[in-house]
Amino acid sequence: MAHHIDVTDLNIYYGDFLAVENVNISIPARSVTAFIGPSGCGKSTFLRSLNRMHEEIKGAHVDGKVIANGQDLYASTVDPVDVRRQIGMVFQRPNPFPTMSIAQNVLAGPRLNSKRMKKSTADDIVEKSLTRAGLWNEVKDRLGRPGSGLSGGQQQRLCIARAIAVEPDVLLMDEPCSALDPISTSVIEDLIHELKTDYTIAIVTHNMQQAARVSDRTAFFNLNGVGQPGRLIEHGPTELVFSNPSEAATEAYIQGRFG
Amino acid sequence: MTSLLTRPAAPSAGPPSLNRPAGRRPLPQGLTAAIWATSGLALATGFLTDLGGARGFGLAWLIAMLVPLASLVFEGRRKATDRFVTVLVVTAFMIAVIPLVSILSTVIAKGAPVLSAEFFTTSMRNVVGEGGGIQHAMLGTLIITGFATLISVPIGLFAAIYLIEYSDGGPTARGLRFLTDVMTGIPSIVAGLFAYALFVLIFGEGIRMGLGGAVALSVLMIPVVIRSSEEMLKLVPNELREASWALGVSRWRTIVKVVLPTALAGIVTGVTLAIARVIGETAPLLIIAGMTDSVNTNPLDGRMATLPVFAYSALMNPGVPPQPSIDRAWGAALTLLIIVMLLNLVARGISYLFSPAQRR
Amino acid sequence: MSKTIQRPGDTIFRGLAQSAAFVILVTLAAVALFLTAKGIPGITADADQVKHGTTFATFVIPLVFGTLWAALLALVFATPIAIGVALFISHYAPRRLSGPIGYVIDLLAAVPSVVFGAWGMMTLAPAMQGPYAWLEENLGFIPLFAGPASSTGRTMLTAALVLAIMILPIMTALCREIFLQTPRLNEEAALALGATRWEMVRMSVFPHAKSGIISAAMLSLGRALGETMAVAMVLSASGIITFNVISSTNPSTIAANIALSFNEASGLTVNALIATGLVLFVITFAVNFAARLLIGSPKRAKGAKK
Repeated sequence: MAHHIDVTDLNIYYGDFLAVENVNISIPARSVTAFIGPSGCGKSTFLRSLNRMHEEIKGAHVDGKVIANGQDLYASTVDPVDVRRQIGMVFQRPNPFPTMSIAQNVLAGPRLNSKRMKKSTADDIVEKSLTRAGLWNEVKDRLGRPGSGLSGGQQQRLCIARAIAVEPDVLLMDEPCSALDPISTSVIEDLIHELKTDYTIAIVTHNMQQAARVSDRTAFFNLNGVGQPGRLIEHGPTELVFSNPSEAATEAYIQGRFG
Repeated sequence: MTSLLTRPAAPSAGPPSLNRPAGRRPLPQGLTAAIWATSGLALATGFLTDLGGARGFGLAWLIAMLVPLASLVFEGRRKATDRFVTVLVVTAFMIAVIPLVSILSTVIAKGAPVLSAEFFTTSMRNVVGEGGGIQHAMLGTLIITGFATLISVPIGLFAAIYLIEYSDGGPTARGLRFLTDVMTGIPSIVAGLFAYALFVLIFGEGIRMGLGGAVALSVLMIPVVIRSSEEMLKLVPNELREASWALGVSRWRTIVKVVLPTALAGIVTGVTLAIARVIGETAPLLIIAGMTDSVNTNPLDGRMATLPVFAYSALMNPGVPPQPSIDRAWGAALTLLIIVMLLNLVARGISYLFSPAQRR
Repeated sequence: MSKTIQRPGDTIFRGLAQSAAFVILVTLAAVALFLTAKGIPGITADADQVKHGTTFATFVIPLVFGTLWAALLALVFATPIAIGVALFISHYAPRRLSGPIGYVIDLLAAVPSVVFGAWGMMTLAPAMQGPYAWLEENLGFIPLFAGPASSTGRTMLTAALVLAIMILPIMTALCREIFLQTPRLNEEAALALGATRWEMVRMSVFPHAKSGIISAAMLSLGRALGETMAVAMVLSASGIITFNVISSTNPSTIAANIALSFNEASGLTVNALIATGLVLFVITFAVNFAARLLIGSPKRAKGAKK
């Protein structure tokens, strides 16, 4: 079940360095929220704090609250591994497991957790996930071949299929198209559009046109200078942020005057 | 040539100039190639005929020196120095190759006639003079090296996993890496003494035991396994770990099911090379495993013969008449050499076959 | 920073990895500890309680001398050759050949030490008899070659030559790595100035590689100090101190002496031998320690990880 995420007073640190300061935002369910902003503004860091991937970097930690489905993800009783099963992630560069076939890649989530399942169930998951990721027709005859043999765009859709095979509620995407050509990019964008009927999606992009095309809501991050923490400047419905931003910095960034 | 190291960087040959001084032309390539070829021919003649390797080498060197000499006349001093150094560098390589060729040819020439089915299938039990073989030594080498591998690979691999997957690269990790490097430098005989001192504590004075040999070899093998596994784990892209974590896979399952399989070929190659390195160790086994004439397959029960120790003692204490024993020593040396070379080949084969078309 | 939950599997696995890493520390400590514990009775033993019949100091000093002398000679022979071969591979050989050439040198590293010993004893030593006689005759005024030349060829010089061949591959490999790390830009800058290849090597490769070569030499020295079999098999030794490298009376080395006498030793003699092993351990430890410090800290933290 897709659900929304409420972030309150979130500060994100790398060791002693405050990387993102005081974020308050609500990410609604079954919609696409885009995070935009110049390099180093903390949008990716913020995204990675939403499923506790951030803390895999040594010394990295956060304070504040991230509430999904009524549960604070950073409560001391919560296991980050469980959080990531609910909140999946797709990365900048496609990263299928090189030792696994296409089908094994899709099944990686359940299989790596040693979940026992019948062959028919497994086949179902593979077909369903690949279909959902719009890849089934292209790969159904070579499910046993290595995933690294696919094109970049196909690999990224394989990674999306792999993420949704775990049946998460939320999908986080960290610049999922930045390593892809325009045609693959548009395929992925269409896919995002379809996926939002079932999932809460948050996407980081440095491409403003992409944000305008795929997202329902947009959040603009900025930083005052090098060494300063990133900040959430404003967020709202995408149309509004792009046509009539309330902050001067947002307007300047959207019009391409910096960034 | 060592003095080159202490020399300051400034070239003594004056400022390089684009204009070649008048009357200086480069040597034709054909000429230099011809001189080099003649030199090589002289070298080969030296080794293959009555001329003798040393004379052939000297002659070859004199011929090769014609290149810098001609260069000095036609091209000037800077070029001549350059060509002279080229001759020196090639000479250094030849000097390094000569012992290799000599060792290989000696061992093959003296060892090959000894090898026979009987040689591999009999021990030295009740053998005086001719006959006998190395079955007991081969079994001993197999058992001791096998146990050493069983001890070293888990420890080495887990230590590498700790260094790469868990430690934060802080002082602890740096300290451990440093100690691993230092451990690499432990002399093999010291490892043997250590195993002896350890086993004396448990079993009493004068202990000789195959397992002790395995422990001694492990001391030598563990740092090698750590180092090579560490390198291989480093090569696994971090993106794969992140992909796995993001699927809600715990850290240890990520290591076991994603990181290790990805690095497997490299790790196996490293382990094979480590085995090849310790399988020829003589000194520690001489101390703690000792020597015997009979087959002993129990690593907990007394002396156990191994190939290197067999070769050593057959050469050093040949008995009367000495020749059969010396022959057997060469046979054992050749067998050992073949095993080591095969292990090296296998290691290379593995890394060649499984090297993934590194796509990033 | 709140403490995160650890899954039991993670706790166990992490514990395993940590203890394995800890084994390194324990092993090194155990080596030092056991050798000391077993060695001390040998150090304090009276002259009449041990086979060599002297106090420990009188026993060990010629061995330490022999160990250092043999290793040093080997280093002197191996260093220029190793630098030359490494340079050949890194900068002189045609690119297609440098791989196979490196492999040939690595083959040398794969040869077991007992094979080196056998070769040194049966092939090299007899071959050196002629040259040694010549050295005594013509260069006998130099104390190194004072002679009388050994009639078997099993001398310090032969042992040092075998040692030099044995440390050649490791030294070559280390030097090759260092030479290949020369910043490409420096090399191209030198070539662009019109330098010949040799001038380029001297201007950009050697200055860059100096400390690396020194530490490579020290690491190889560590190897040579501890190498046992070649010396044990090649050298005909007696417990004297001499710089004469071609005579038939030579100082033994610690490692070779242990190998040769351990199996006939009993009682406190064993402890004395273990004590010499401890001395060897301390010497090699110090040399390796110094070499590693020299290679040092920077550039360590490269790789795929954070």
